[in-house]
Amino acid sequence: MDELKKIRDEALASVAAAGTLDALEAARVAALGKKGSISGLMASLGKMDPESRKAAGAAMNEAKDQVAQAIAEAKAQLEAKALDDRLARERVDVTLPVRPDTVSGRVHPISQVMEEMAAIFAQMGFDVAEGPDIEDDFHNFTALNIPAEHPARQMHDTFYFGEREDGSRHLLRTHTSPVQIRTMLSKQPPIRIIAPGRTYRCDSDMTHTPMFHQLEGLVIDKTTNMGHLKGCLLEFVTTFFEVDEVPVRFRPSFFPFTEPSAEVDIGCSREGGELRIGKGASWLEIGGSGMVHPNVLKACGIDPDEYQGFAFGMGIERMAMLKYGIPDLRTFFDSDLRWLKHYGFVPLDVPTLSGGLTR
Amino acid sequence: MKFTLSWLKAHLETEASLAEIDARLTMLGLEVEEIVDPAKDLGGFTIAQIVEAEQHPNADRLRVCKVDTGSGIIQVVCGAPNARAGIKVILAQPGCFIPVTGDKLKKGNVRGVESQGMMCSWRELKLGEDHDGIAELEADSQVGAKLVEVMSFDPLIEISITPNRADCLGVRGVARDLAASGLGTLKPLVVSPVKGSHASPISVSLDFPEDSQSACSMFVGRHFKGVKNGESPAWLKDRLTAIGLRPISALVDITNYFTFDLGRPLHVFDAGKVKGGTITARLAQPGETLLALNGKEYALSPEMTVIADAAGPEGLGGVMGGEHSGCTEDTTEVFLEVALFDPIRTATTGRKLEILSDARFRFERGVDPAFLVDGAELASAMILELCGGEASDLVIAGAEPDWRQSIALRPERVEALGGVAVETQRQVEILTGLGCTVSEHGDGLLVVPPSWRGDITAEHDLVEEVIRVNGYDLLPATPLPRPTMSKPVLTPGQRRAAWVRRQLASRGLVETVTWSFLPSAQAKLFGGGAAEMHLANPISADLDCMRPSVLPNLIAAAGRNADRGFKDVCLFEIGAQFDGPEPGQQRAVAAGIRSGRALPRHWNEQTRPVDVFDAKADLLAAIIAAGANADSFQTVTDAPGWYHPGRSGVLKLGNKPVAYFGELHPAVLNALDVKGPMVAFELFLEALPPQKAKATKAKPLVKLSAFQPLERDFAFVLDAQVSADAVLRAAKNADKALVTDVSVFDLYEGPNVGEGKKSLAISVTLQPFDKTLTDEEIEAVGKKIVEAVVKATGGVLRG
Repeated sequence: MDELKKIRDEALASVAAAGTLDALEAARVAALGKKGSISGLMASLGKMDPESRKAAGAAMNEAKDQVAQAIAEAKAQLEAKALDDRLARERVDVTLPVRPDTVSGRVHPISQVMEEMAAIFAQMGFDVAEGPDIEDDFHNFTALNIPAEHPARQMHDTFYFGEREDGSRHLLRTHTSPVQIRTMLSKQPPIRIIAPGRTYRCDSDMTHTPMFHQLEGLVIDKTTNMGHLKGCLLEFVTTFFEVDEVPVRFRPSFFPFTEPSAEVDIGCSREGGELRIGKGASWLEIGGSGMVHPNVLKACGIDPDEYQGFAFGMGIERMAMLKYGIPDLRTFFDSDLRWLKHYGFVPLDVPTLSGGLTR
Repeated sequence: MKFTLSWLKAHLETEASLAEIDARLTMLGLEVEEIVDPAKDLGGFTIAQIVEAEQHPNADRLRVCKVDTGSGIIQVVCGAPNARAGIKVILAQPGCFIPVTGDKLKKGNVRGVESQGMMCSWRELKLGEDHDGIAELEADSQVGAKLVEVMSFDPLIEISITPNRADCLGVRGVARDLAASGLGTLKPLVVSPVKGSHASPISVSLDFPEDSQSACSMFVGRHFKGVKNGESPAWLKDRLTAIGLRPISALVDITNYFTFDLGRPLHVFDAGKVKGGTITARLAQPGETLLALNGKEYALSPEMTVIADAAGPEGLGGVMGGEHSGCTEDTTEVFLEVALFDPIRTATTGRKLEILSDARFRFERGVDPAFLVDGAELASAMILELCGGEASDLVIAGAEPDWRQSIALRPERVEALGGVAVETQRQVEILTGLGCTVSEHGDGLLVVPPSWRGDITAEHDLVEEVIRVNGYDLLPATPLPRPTMSKPVLTPGQRRAAWVRRQLASRGLVETVTWSFLPSAQAKLFGGGAAEMHLANPISADLDCMRPSVLPNLIAAAGRNADRGFKDVCLFEIGAQFDGPEPGQQRAVAAGIRSGRALPRHWNEQTRPVDVFDAKADLLAAIIAAGANADSFQTVTDAPGWYHPGRSGVLKLGNKPVAYFGELHPAVLNALDVKGPMVAFELFLEALPPQKAKATKAKPLVKLSAFQPLERDFAFVLDAQVSADAVLRAAKNADKALVTDVSVFDLYEGPNVGEGKKSLAISVTLQPFDKTLTDEEIEAVGKKIVEAVVKATGGVLRG
């Protein structure tokens, strides 16, 4: 029995002394392996008489279990330590920059503002209509009550193409109003459309570019009057600029295709040299509007004694400049990446009325 | 249109302040552009007297003056030669802003002598040009008084006039509008006919063909003799100078004055230079020329109206007089022309000859057709007053055209169209104030607009006049009735463009907007540049042709960014390209480019130049975003010439190209002076197959297999020109029920497979749905796949 105790203690001591998993395995083999010390003792049981065997067997099994448990515990400890050691070696500098595959592009402010406008007018039941950039005289001028020699044609610096066989000249549309004509020629009232798009004037200086964008609006039915025009635009600008109240002022003006006509101003303040849209002492012009001229309705085959309505137009760049504080019109078309990334919108910023137009 | 406040008040009796007039003009549609009120900047200036002027101890040209300000004596150093004791002067004291410089005056020290103020010249006060010395005031001017209380200043008002308001191209018309709106009363215009002392030696006639009678419907003339064409009186010169006109001589000044005061252009001929006894208004004859008053010679054409004597044209009707018969200082006999010219003909003539004149500006907008005789009488009176002499009887050819028209106005239309209720009585007042004759007519009103309002032709014009004068600020803002629940309003094409835009932006491309036109040399590189696509009047030679593709603008933009130091450029644009000169011959394109490195340099990633597969990836992402199935297109390699012929492709649907992609041709980049590598794609949005309209938004039922998918790899040795697409399609179609995915995982070209060959390795995913596949079944499918690929491509399985 003393020998068993001695062998057990030696085995436990070598397990305890094992500093590595390899040493531990050697200790296990030395004690419990086929030729191990405890295994050797157990082999001697066969030579014993049953009485002694019973008592010695129990003692040996207990010693074996003790050693096996010690080995298991030591192994768990050594494994845990080995993992800790490995993880300690695997440290990286987490302040390093991430992989460059997540850089986001931008949506141009003109596109963004067009989507904002569409979201607002959709709520008021307006469809979005489109028309060609190259237009003929009829759609751009004649049908809009601007006959050939009308002085109003001098208000437009029109880009013309060469003379055609029939002597006429096509042109780049000077406004989005031809879309009114195309719409009225192709569908019957009631009509509610907006028409955003490119427009062109032969003009280039600090505040003009030869190409720019307009948003046209048209409502034709039997009852819409100039008060509705003011109400519609009031709701639009207040929603668009996302401030509590944007006053709207109408000033009498003249456009051949509307009568009565009005320039549309919105309220602003310029206190301290900073322009803020909203209630204030100053006014800013944002576009033209009026009741559709009976001659325009007639040109589109709509009876002006039965139908009436309003039209308006505004510059999209101008609205973007006012809302987002963009100082220079010409920069919209420069394709300067620095500008685009600064004034552009991240693609997730989809304007909605439920979530707000702008973050 | 410019005028001074006092000029306006010559026609308008009003107590209104300048600010009230300013606001009212704008609210009448006569938009105020600028008001220059000299008094505004002169509040701090006072009248003072030089008591003593001594030589400056340290400067020959300076004087040290003791100046009486009215409340004390101060010392002012002054360099003006006329600074002397006794004169009354205009004094600025520290704190005043000097108008000509805008600088604030401070106490100064001039060469060792303190100066406590400044005595000003007229120019320094912006009250004149005189800068020879300091302004000297009348001896009885009160010392200590404020300048603005002693001198009267006449603010200058500039308004813009819309083309319909010809009547407001004279000061009187502006006054009438203000009066109609309640801001004062219009002073009467008293016309007393001048009694002729002799019969005019010059007669007038109209000589037009039957179809051109309206070219000049009436011509009123008068002969004057014994006139002296001297300088105009100060009041007249002041008014003309104030609005930027140079006084020339009394006769010329009178014609200019009538143009701006009453909107009535006149012309005066030197009667001594008129040949023959008749002045005729007629159409120009072929080959005729005119040396106009501006010193330029014009070739006339037969649709132009001329005023001619026996020698030929002496003036262009309604546009400009002739140099030959113009008045000079020596003129003693004159002939006054008051005529009515057709707006359209005048505009055409002016435009064709490129003559801008105050007369043309008015005639092409419409001059009062009933103000010829009265205008002639008023002008005659002024000529006699300023130049003396005697007037003849009037000579008249033609007659006043019939301008009267009666328009029925239903008073309720004002609210129905204008949106604001205006009492009928108020409507009558407003229209009457504007010069209309209003009478009752059935249930409504019958309105005859005045002769000077040719723009009022129908009921809606009257509605506008009523609500305009009533005040647009009284228009209510009525909410537009709207649908109870709004529906999506974008067309399928508009939705697609929006999806594509946000998809491309989310892939790192930056959206831009570029001109629709470009240099024709660039258009030619991209299949455009035909003569019919050129603008007749481009803004510059660089922007003379409609773009046949969006790419050249994007490429040029990348070049500009590279020049600024940003060489890795990812840009896209969604816009039109122009295929032909007719309306509608344009296509909506989503086009993008990438240049430089595909990825920025990174500590853990290899960077590489952009290549065709970057462009293809953008394109496929855009197609998927547009809701189309990228697998439904054929990929072929006949991309247009601006792409690299070996590294580009076309996606086709049937015969129709839907998109191009590829590396850009180095020669094209070279021509655009841009450095590569650069890749691009062009997606024709309208060429994508329309999305199928579905009755329900429900998605098809998902089919989930209970069995694991397995992957098998195959490598084939192929001829180098066999496309990967052919291999993938063959493998995929080998067993449509089992094969759910095929991908390429290796491509090898080199000595191990031999010249002209390549090895392509694919991974095939098999997804059983009803049972686990047995080894035999897997082997059978593998065999089918190999056979299909071999049959389709002529390749062999790599051993």
